[in-house]
This record gives sequence, C-alpha cells and structure tokens, in this order.
Amino acid sequence: MTTDLTAENIWEYLRDVKDPEVPVLTVVDLGIIRSVELIGLNCLITITPTYTGCPAMKVIETDIIARLAEEGITTEVKTTLSPAWTTDWITENGRNKLEEYGIAPPQDEVDKSVLFAEPTIVPCPLCKSKDTRLVSQFGSTACKAHYQCNACREPFDYFKCLK
Amino acid sequence: MTKQTALFDYLLRQADDTLILGQRLSEWCGHGPVLEEDIALTNIALDVIGQATELYEYAAQVENNGRSADDLAFLRLEREYKNVLLVEQTNGDFGKTMVRQFLFDNFQLLHYTQLLNSADAQVAAIAEKSLKEVKYHLKHSAEWIIRLGDGTEESHNRVQESVNELMRFADELFFKNEVNEVLLSEGVIGNIEDFKQQYYQNVNKILLEATLTIPELKYHQKGGRIGNHSEQMGFLLAEMQYMQRTYPGMEW
Repeated sequence: MTTDLTAENIWEYLRDVKDPEVPVLTVVDLGIIRSVELIGLNCLITITPTYTGCPAMKVIETDIIARLAEEGITTEVKTTLSPAWTTDWITENGRNKLEEYGIAPPQDEVDKSVLFAEPTIVPCPLCKSKDTRLVSQFGSTACKAHYQCNACREPFDYFKCLK
Repeated sequence: MTKQTALFDYLLRQADDTLILGQRLSEWCGHGPVLEEDIALTNIALDVIGQATELYEYAAQVENNGRSADDLAFLRLEREYKNVLLVEQTNGDFGKTMVRQFLFDNFQLLHYTQLLNSADAQVAAIAEKSLKEVKYHLKHSAEWIIRLGDGTEESHNRVQESVNELMRFADELFFKNEVNEVLLSEGVIGNIEDFKQQYYQNVNKILLEATLTIPELKYHQKGGRIGNHSEQMGFLLAEMQYMQRTYPGMEW
C-alpha cells in the first residue's frame, strides 16, 4: 500500500491533541513531542513527561493513538526522560495561549539558587501588573504555582519554570 | 555479586524510599492544615510516586524475571522493602511531616546531583528529571522549617521535638554495603559519603536559621535498608497493598 503521508502531516494531526489539564495547549505547543518516525502507516512517537508523576501523560498517550487512528495510522508512543523536559520548550504560540487563558507563562528566573532565591516577578495575566505575590509554590497541577495579583486582587495560576 | 544484582538492589532502595514517602504524604490528602498545603503535600506525593514509577520500571527491566513495576511496588513482603526508616515514620503534626521531608529532600538533592554523572544512562536520566522536582520540594520544606522554628513558642517547641525525634534516622540515608562497592567500581553511582558532610552542613544551616537546636545524637537508628523496619511499616503496607492483595492483578 502506498501513501503520501509525511511526518509533517503527523505533526499537523498532533496539533489537534490537547493537554487534558491545560486544554488551550496542544501537545506540540507544550514541547513534549521529541520525535516522529513514520514507516508507511506505522508511526513511532517519542514523548517526554513534564513531571515524573504527571497523571496526564497516560491520557495524552491514549489521545495521540486515538487521533492518528482516525487517519488509519497505527501508533506506538515511547517515553523518554532525557533530555529532561524544560519549560523553554513551550512554543511562543503556546505561551501566548497560556496568557490569554489566564495562566501566567513561565518567566526566566534570574536567581538560580535553590534556597533563598529572590522570588520571580510574575506579571498578572489579566491586568498585566507586576505587583503580584506567590501564594504557594504548588498549584492546581504539578506544573503550576499559585499566585495572587496585588493590583486587581485576582488569584491566578503560574506555569512554573522548570529548567 | 553481579552488577545486575547490585543495580536492582540499588534501584529498589530509591524506589522504596520514594514510594513509601509518597504513601505517607498521600495520607495528608484532605487533611492539610490549609488548602494550599493540602495541595502542596499531594503535589509532592505525586512527584515522588512518579519517581518511584520510573525507578521500579527500570528495576523490573534490570531484574528481567517477569516481575512488573507494579509487582515490585505492591506484592513484596515487608522484609523485602529497602526504604530507610525515616520515610516510613508516621506523619505526626504538619511540622513533623516537614522535618521528615526536609531531611529527605536535602539528601535527594545531593544524591541525584551526584547521579547525573552515572555511567548508566537510565540512572542519569531519572536523576536529571527528578532533580528539577526536588529543588521545589526542598524550597518548600526548608521555608516551613524556618517559619515554624522561628515562629511562635508553640510551633518552635513542636518542630524542635520532631527534629529531636527524626534526626537519628538521617544517617541511614548514607547506608553502604557491597552493593555500593560493585556499582561504584562500575561508575554507576558515586561515593555516597562524598556529600555526607555537605548534607549535614546544609541541614544544620537551616536548623540554625530556624533558631532550632541541633540535637546531639548518641546513636543512629538504622535497619530499613536491610529490611528491618519499624512497627509502623506493617500498617502502612497493609493499607497500601490491600487492593492488590484482595483483587490480584486489578487495574483501573
């Protein structure tokens, strides 16, 4: 059986697969797709977890297989840990979508010390004020921290920097 | 002892440490002192159980004997668990949970940093991935030690009591035997004693910052690494293994 399918088509299909916990982001925006290998109608996709215990990974795997099955493609999803995922791999598009959705995108953290680091300035995704405070390092999912804006008082999620 | 046997054993040590600690932390779910801490504790539980999953999966692969990661996690007997006594200690109050976490996070930070140089690519990859999470855990536990120690008289006294109770378990994190020797000679692990001094320096620095007294220890409590657990362990396993023992092979 011949097919005109290319890896580029697969990437296009993957743009329909959403992160179940942050549904504005696709798995491509998130930067967790490490490689796509296509032989005929068989596809091997390598993904990397955001956090080791992220419960969304299994769902993402199933969603990828289901999406490609719609195109008649048989898919195997492999997980790799190294190089470890970093928030730098979230695409520019993804960062914009996060902010529109009300989640502050990861900021470059200047102070790299583990302890006593200066808190990162995270602008409020709603009113853009830089006068915000960290409520808790741990938020509604493993990848988020909980902040509050001192200007508009709105509590918001921050997609925390992982490097 | 072969490299395979040694690696299997060493992976189980780390896997059991993280699984048992994760089980303990999960007990806080719905019982946190404030909502933010309830979420924080369960987030940390999720991270360490995630690490345990990676470690058990690799251990199962190394053993290559038909046992799965789940079999290793849920179907061994108490004496077969190799976790340190520290992680199986009961939660106590929030302060005690933070002291236990703080002593463990400090170890993980230095241990995983050393394992980044492992000659075994999968060990190095697990270390690289986990290290990023551990940094957040330590930031969280260290801040709480300072806040509670340097807080009210009540919080100071209670956290001091927990430090006095739990410090004797810290030394077991540096347990060494033939397994270490074999893996050290193969470049899979580093010498765990190389960062022991650094560990106590880091721990003591925060305890002093928290205005806490560093207890003078007359002895160290050990046993978990060779399967001699404290009384609490049986109760923990009974709860953790209940479903798999009652409905063998169940999945959801």
